[in-house]
Amino acid sequence: MVVNRALYFRRRLANRAFIVLSLSAAALGLVSLAFILWELLANGLAALGPHLFSESTPPPGSEGGLANAIFGSVVMSLSAVVVGTPIGILAGTYLAEYARYGKFAFVVRFVNDILLSAPSIVIGLFIYELVVVPMGHFSAIAGAAALTVIVIPVVVRTTENMLLLVPNSLREAASALGAPQSYVIKMVTWKAARAGMITGALLAVARISGETAPILFTALNNQFMSTDVTQPMASLPAVIFQYALSPYEDWHDLAWAGALLVTATVLTLSIIARILGNQKQRT
Amino acid sequence: MADLTIRANSARRAGAGDSRFRLTTLAAAVLLLLIFIGVIGALIVGAMPAFKAFGFGFLTTEAWSPARDRFGALGPIYGTLVTSVIAMLIALPVGIGIAVFLTELCPRMLRRPIGIAIELLAGIPSIIYGIWGLFVFAPFFQAYVQEPVIEALDGVPVLGTLFGGAPFGIGILTAGIILSIMILPFIAAVTRDVLETVPSVLKEAAYGVGATNWEVIRKVALPYARAGVVGGAMLALGRALGETMAVTFVIGNAHRIEPSLFAPGTSISASIANEFTEATTEVYLASLIELGLLLFVITFIVLAAAQLMLRSMEKGQGK
Repeated sequence: MVVNRALYFRRRLANRAFIVLSLSAAALGLVSLAFILWELLANGLAALGPHLFSESTPPPGSEGGLANAIFGSVVMSLSAVVVGTPIGILAGTYLAEYARYGKFAFVVRFVNDILLSAPSIVIGLFIYELVVVPMGHFSAIAGAAALTVIVIPVVVRTTENMLLLVPNSLREAASALGAPQSYVIKMVTWKAARAGMITGALLAVARISGETAPILFTALNNQFMSTDVTQPMASLPAVIFQYALSPYEDWHDLAWAGALLVTATVLTLSIIARILGNQKQRT
Repeated sequence: MADLTIRANSARRAGAGDSRFRLTTLAAAVLLLLIFIGVIGALIVGAMPAFKAFGFGFLTTEAWSPARDRFGALGPIYGTLVTSVIAMLIALPVGIGIAVFLTELCPRMLRRPIGIAIELLAGIPSIIYGIWGLFVFAPFFQAYVQEPVIEALDGVPVLGTLFGGAPFGIGILTAGIILSIMILPFIAAVTRDVLETVPSVLKEAAYGVGATNWEVIRKVALPYARAGVVGGAMLALGRALGETMAVTFVIGNAHRIEPSLFAPGTSISASIANEFTEATTEVYLASLIELGLLLFVITFIVLAAAQLMLRSMEKGQGK
C-alpha cells in the first residue's frame, strides 16, 4: 500500500489551521462580548444607588436619578404589550388555525417577518406621521403606539410557532366531541400553547424595553416627572441617548446606570422566558 | 320538542360565535397588512415635499445643507452601505467560526452554556453597544490603532488614503466594527441552529471514510446548510443596514464622503436619529423621511431575499 505522505501532511495542516482559526474566532467573539458586559457592569454599578429610583433626571451639574425615565419606560412598554399582545395572538391564531396554507396567509406571514426585522427607526417615522403630526406635538401615546407596532410581529411569530406545535389529535378529539372550531381553539389549543404564548409576550417586552430609535421622535423626552400621556414623556433609552452624547461627566454616569438597568431587565426577561419555554417542552 | 329547540338555538349561537371569532382573528391578520401598507404610505406622503424639490437627484447628490435647504442622500447611503459591509466582513467569518466551534469542536459540557449565553447576548439592546463604543472602544481605537496606523501608512498609496486623516476615534470604520460586534451573536446563533440541522449520519459517514474536521465542515456540513447560512447572513445584513443606535453614537454625523475609513461620516439611520427633532423646515423634515423610505426599501429587498432563502431551506428539509 502506497501512502501519500505529502497529501496526508497537507490535509492535517489544513485541519490544524482550521481548528486554530475557528477557536480564535470563538475566543475573539466571546471575549469582546464579555468585555462589553464587564464594562457595563463596572460603570453601571458605580453609578447605581437608591437615588436612581427616587429622583428625576437632573439639569447638568446637580444630583438626580432616573425615576421619571423608569416610570416612562414602564408605562409605555406596558401599554404597548397590553395592546399589542392580544392583536398578535389573534393574528397568530388566524395563521396557525384557520389559514395554514392559503395565499393570503403566505402574504401575512411574509409581511410579518418583514415587520419583525424592519428597522425600528422607520416604525418611529410611521407613528410620527400617523400620531404626532395629527396631534400636533410629541406624546407618550405616540411612543406607546410605536412600541405596539414592534410588539405585534414578535407575538404573532411566537404564537404561530407555539400553536403549530400543538398535536392535531388534540384538535380532532375536541372537534369529535362536537365543539365548534372557536371553542376548540379557545379551550384546547390556546391552553396547550399557553406557556409558549407567555414566552412570546415576555420576549416582546424584552425587545421593546431597549428600543431607542422609535421613541426619539414619538415620545421625545421629558426632563421632569410626567404622568400625562398626551405630553412628551421620558424613557430610559431616550435619557441614555441624550446623556451619553452630552459633555457632562455626571450625565455619563447616569447613562451607564440606565444602560445597566435596561440590560438587566432584558436579560432577566429573556431568562424567565427561556425557563418557561423549557418547562413546556418537558411536560 | 322544546328541548330540541333549545339545543338548536344554542348550536346556532355557538355557530355565530364561531364565525365571529374567526372574523376577529382575520381582522387582526388584516391589521398586520394595514400596518405594513401604512408604513409605506406614511413614508411616501411624508417624503412628498422632498420628492417635489429634488426628484431623483436626491439619490445622487452629496450636498446636505440645512442652511440653504438643499439635501442629497448620497452621504448617508454611502455610510450605511460601507458600515454594513465592514460589519459583515468581520462578523460573518467570526460568527461562522463560533457556530462551527459550538457544533463540532466544543466540549459537550460547554456547548449549552455558551450557546445560551450567545442567544441572550443577541437580545441585548443596540444602545448598549453604542454607549460602549462611544466611551470605551472609540478612545481605545483612537490611541492604539488609528494613531500608529495613520503614522505607519502615511504616504503609502491607496492604503495611506484609505486609513489616513486625523485620528478622531469615531468614524466610519469604528461604526462598522461596533456594528459587527452587535450582529455577531445573532449570526452565531442562527448559523449554529442551521448547522445543527445537518444529519449526524452525513457527518459520521464523512468521518468514517477518513475526512478531517475541516473537510467535514467545508464539504458536507456547510453545503448542506448553505441556504440557511446565507439566509441568516442576509437577516443579519438587514439588521446592520437598519441599525440606528449602535451606529449613531460612533459614526460622527458628518455628511461628507471621505476616502478615508477613519473619517467621520453618517448613515441613513444616524442622520434621521440625530437631526429629526432639529429639522425646522418642511423640506428638511421631508428629506429625512425620504431617507427613512429609502432605508425601508433597501432593508425590504434584503429581508425578502433572506425570507425566500430560509423558506426554500425549510421546504428542502420537509422532503
